[in-house]
Order: sequence, then C-alpha cells, then structure tokens
Amino acid sequence: MRIMLVDDSRTMRNIQKRILNELGYTELTEAADGLDALSKVGAADPQLLLVDWNMPNMDGLSFVKKLRESGSKAPIIMVTTEAEKSRVIEAIKAGVNNYVVKPFTPESLTERINETLARMAA
Amino acid sequence: MEMQDVSAFVHSVRNVFETMLQMSAQSQDPIVKPPGHPSFDVTGIIGMSGDVTGSVVLSFPIATAEGVVALMTGQSISHTDPDFADAVGELVNMIAGGAKAQMRDKKITITYPSVIIGSDHAVFGRKGATCVVLPCSCDCGDFTVEITTIEPTEAITDVAA
Repeated sequence: MRIMLVDDSRTMRNIQKRILNELGYTELTEAADGLDALSKVGAADPQLLLVDWNMPNMDGLSFVKKLRESGSKAPIIMVTTEAEKSRVIEAIKAGVNNYVVKPFTPESLTERINETLARMAA
Repeated sequence: MEMQDVSAFVHSVRNVFETMLQMSAQSQDPIVKPPGHPSFDVTGIIGMSGDVTGSVVLSFPIATAEGVVALMTGQSISHTDPDFADAVGELVNMIAGGAKAQMRDKKITITYPSVIIGSDHAVFGRKGATCVVLPCSCDCGDFTVEITTIEPTEAITDVAA
C-alpha cells in the first residue's frame, strides 16, 4: 500500500514510518508541508495519507481541501495536536476520514489506520 | 495564569512523556521567577496568543535532552544534529498543544516551535510577564517547563504605551 506522510517535523515522520514499517507498509512518500505534498501527490498516488494540521507554507487543512477539490478520494487521517471538538469537526467537513491526536501510542495510531482502511474497504 | 491552567501543563507533560517516551515524568510544585533565563542548556520555545498570551519553554540539560530524544526517536542523536532540535521542538509542540486542548474555555493559538541550544542563553519576553516554572524529573534527569504569560490588562497597557 502506498502511504504519504505529511508533517513538518522529521521526527514525527520518522516515528510514523517506524510504526508503518512494523505493520508491513514500506511504500512511503514524505512531504514537509502542504505545498510539498501537493507537488508530490500526483506521482506518489497514495492510497492513504497521514497529514499534520499546523505546518508552514500550507497547513494540513488547506492541503486536504485542495486534494478533495482535485477529486481524490484517498482516505486521510489527520495527525495533530489540535484536539478541540470544533477543530475535529472542521477537519471532517474538509474531507478528513479519521483523526489522531498527538501524542499517540503506536497502538492508537495502528488502530486508527486499520479502522480507516476497514471503513474504506466496506 | 490560573492554577487550573498550570494543572493543564502538568497533565500534558505527563501525558506526552508516558505516550511518546513510555517513561513517567514527575513534577514538583510550581514556582514563580522573573522571565529571561531558562533553567538549562537546551530550550524549546513555543508562543501562545489569543485568550492566553505568552510562551511555553521546555528546558533540559544536554545529557537529559539527548536521553529523552533517544527514547522518542528510537536512535541516539547528538545535540549538534538538526534532527535533535526537530525532536525537542516536537516535544514542546505536543506539551503546549495538549495543555491548550485542556483549557477548553479559552481560545488559544500556538506558534511553530523554536529551539535554542547553548549554555547560559536568555529568552526575553514582554515587559510585565509572569513566569511560572514547573520543576520536573524523569529517568533521564531533571528538566523544567516554564510558562510565561502576560495578563490581558498588562498586554493592553503595553500596547497603549
């Protein structure tokens, strides 16, 4: 499965990569912000995206909106410190399929990934 | 800053350490000090604006920070490596974000983190700010979380001046 990780923190991308590798996912593309992700998403053609909210140049919410406007239906999990209910609703309205609040455990991220993929397959 | 806001930071520090590092962190009673000099040599700073204006400073001795970053990233990273600063920045981001989420009655925006590494550095905020220091410890050593806030009236006075 092709997965795109969009986060301005290399540390966070590395943590996510480690968890995904342990789950057997190795086709990973990384982007450091929304603009970087937009420039890579066509070639990467991800089947799942993990997207941070607060990033320089283009934030995660703007990226999600642009991706949905382009017609992409790939499932998106927002992985962010933004935990307020109003923010979660805003993200879902923009086209996010699932939500993980940082900090997270490997187990909680794994659970959200599996849950999202199962929902999309149903 | 209200006591419940300080408690939000205590809870957030514990949660970030337990979740991301699988290590407990203990905190002692908060103390008040003049803002300016963080307690240690590695400092992650994040700004807050909105209903709470000020900054959150996470400060470690270098050896403690290297231990914490190793647990977080799963690899040993020297403090001279750019990835080290990135990890410290992400830690302060999660601590500030977690505390913000608990202050449900307040609308707060946080900035991107900055990290300063070097002995005896100073961080100056706005005049009249109050700094509450949370002395903390974990298996890697001691560290502090310093919350500097400007009360709304002081902020207005400062702007008017």
